[in-house]
Amino acid sequence: MYRTHVLVCGGTGCTSSGSEKIIDALKVELEKNGLTDEVAIVKTGCHGLCALGPIMIVYPEACFYSMVKEEDIPEIVSEHFLKGRVVTRLLYKETVTEEGIRSLNDTDFYKKQTRIALRNCGVINPEEIDEYIGTRGYEALGKVLTEMTPDEVIQTILDSGLRGRGGAGFPTGLKWKFASGNRGNVQKYVCCNADEGDPGAFMDRSVLEGDPHVVLEAMAIAGYAIGASQGYIYVRAEYPIAVDRLNIAIAQAREYGLLGKDIFGTGFDFDIELRLGAGAFVCGEETALMTSIEGNRGEPRPRPPFPAVKGLFEQPTILNNVETYANIPQIILNGVDWFRSMGTEKSKGTKVFALGGKVNNTGLVEIPMGTTLRTVIEEIGGGIPNGKKFKAAQTGGPSGGCIPAEHFDVPIDYDNLIAIGSMMGSGGLIVMDEDNCMVDIAKFFLEFTVDESCGKCTPCRIGTKRMYEILDKITKGNGTLEDIDKLEELCYYIKENALCGLGQTAPNPVLSTLRYFKDEYIAHVVDKKCPAGVCKELLQYKIDPAKCKGCTLCARVCPAGAISGTVKEAHVIDPNKCVKCGACMEKCRFGAISKE
Amino acid sequence: MSSTKQTVPFNGTKEQEEQLLAIIAELKDEPGSLMPIMQKAQGIYGYLPIEVQTIISDAMGIPLEKIYGVATFYSQFALNPKGRYQISVCLGTACYVKGSGDLYNKLMELLGIVGGECTPDGKFSLDACRCVGACGLAPVMLVNDDVYGRIGVDELEGILAKYE
Repeated sequence: MYRTHVLVCGGTGCTSSGSEKIIDALKVELEKNGLTDEVAIVKTGCHGLCALGPIMIVYPEACFYSMVKEEDIPEIVSEHFLKGRVVTRLLYKETVTEEGIRSLNDTDFYKKQTRIALRNCGVINPEEIDEYIGTRGYEALGKVLTEMTPDEVIQTILDSGLRGRGGAGFPTGLKWKFASGNRGNVQKYVCCNADEGDPGAFMDRSVLEGDPHVVLEAMAIAGYAIGASQGYIYVRAEYPIAVDRLNIAIAQAREYGLLGKDIFGTGFDFDIELRLGAGAFVCGEETALMTSIEGNRGEPRPRPPFPAVKGLFEQPTILNNVETYANIPQIILNGVDWFRSMGTEKSKGTKVFALGGKVNNTGLVEIPMGTTLRTVIEEIGGGIPNGKKFKAAQTGGPSGGCIPAEHFDVPIDYDNLIAIGSMMGSGGLIVMDEDNCMVDIAKFFLEFTVDESCGKCTPCRIGTKRMYEILDKITKGNGTLEDIDKLEELCYYIKENALCGLGQTAPNPVLSTLRYFKDEYIAHVVDKKCPAGVCKELLQYKIDPAKCKGCTLCARVCPAGAISGTVKEAHVIDPNKCVKCGACMEKCRFGAISKE
Repeated sequence: MSSTKQTVPFNGTKEQEEQLLAIIAELKDEPGSLMPIMQKAQGIYGYLPIEVQTIISDAMGIPLEKIYGVATFYSQFALNPKGRYQISVCLGTACYVKGSGDLYNKLMELLGIVGGECTPDGKFSLDACRCVGACGLAPVMLVNDDVYGRIGVDELEGILAKYE
């Protein structure tokens, strides 16, 4: 029995900020103080508050240490673990109140969250199957195999109203139903889409790293429901920690007889294999993903036939996203009514968002559907840093759009987001402030799409390239008003004619910025100005003669020799020589240089 | 992925080839095993020059043109060798809005190469990557397995100097 448990986050965010070193230092210090039998170190998955990493939580007190450094460890061990005095200066300041320490669950970041998909992340050791079983893991699989018929399982998922969490929001139960015919007579497959390619989204990675067994369990349930005996998880090779933990989890589940032949003695066989993606965004599209598992270039193919009829290796296949699977065992255990009690009329349950960009509490949040952007950004996210003004929130990645402040109070669900020109997507939520140029952001996403377009269909291959060129022209100050019209026309053409989801949604970032921020496009085209001060070609650096002390520092750092002036007199920038690198502005100690 | 012709001559060893052939023999008959085999081949050689693709083609009885097609489709497969220190700058959305594009441009300037290339001495190679998932630390860059988060343009020279 250990008297104290130290949970150290081993997610990618915290590992990147040095949590492995913290664990090593802890081991050394515990050894030194003779505490190895009393204090247990548990390496967990992501806690969500990545901005404060590396994170360490000590139980039973539930002390939340944030931004822990290696050199803090001796103090924590000797003060807290040995003498029982919490090191208050290292605690997350939101948890320290006048009355003492409050629970993490009462902080602004956590109290508005409901954690279903992330319920075990940061709580259990993902490399120990017993810890998963200890939190009712594999109980749902046992229940469906022994108490429910496959059709009852499908009906339960249908009734729950669960919709695909990968982006499009297709009802999961319906997908399963389509693939359920002819059980036992045909080879079928259950696939998991863990190819989280949307830049700025990392919720699936956190589930895989923090709670890998939940995905295995849910896939086995899906296998039972449709009558499949083989599963494939297609996971990004860029997620080495997730791949490791999945491999460990699969080996442990096989050892316990929870994967393999005759599971729970019911005669049901199911096994899972990992397939690593190789860095192609289009492989998140279902038919492309299956083509890739088959060992080909990951190009999509026309539907119908849908994968439920002809999918992987031409056999009936269902494909769900990691987060969708993470909901399944909970629905089976807690029932349809429980799940339906959360969310909006057409979007039930919760959604995980990766909150990033210009927001104080970057990290992972799971909120009931129907929560407003205002709650997510201002309360959970802690607002915009440096007193800047909110401009837009981007959801849905390269397939989504930018939501302006006027829609701050729209309840977030699948249908509302589409109505305001964006989409749920896999759950990236990037906050932008007044310093971000919306034309530049649209160009950024188009550059991504051009890069990732597989080249199979013409509208996407050539159309997105042309869109990018127009946007590039506008950001360089050479655009015309006709270009904006042409751009919009192209958007609709590509949306209607592209083969797969990637191309059909590629124009969304442009359309949504045109809808809400047309004034910025016009400023670039007519006034030849970038209001946010991002597009280099449209900037002009100027020295305010009243503030300039003539220290010559700017003239010395200018790589182009564009600044002239004599000592102790105001300097000037020659706009024809200036390369707009901004070095002068960075170095000026008097704030005399500005850009406009 | 890079379509440029490699300039560094191929110098694979007999041992590497035997290792690869053993892997092919083991996985060959599994459905869809081409990509896992290519991933393992890249693990052995560090990249996938045409010589390695030819070995796979011969051993698996798959046309070279198909293997080349797969190798050039996925960004993870490299036809050119990488530097001893592989720098990747995250150009995911969260990093981009926090200025990782500036980091990338500055690195190209400092190293004198463009993205996807390797310095002539084989020391550094530079790539852009899409989201390493450490968005809380944006902007992020990696040098091999070392992660640098919340960095500014003026810190880059100091970081490069650490690698000698």
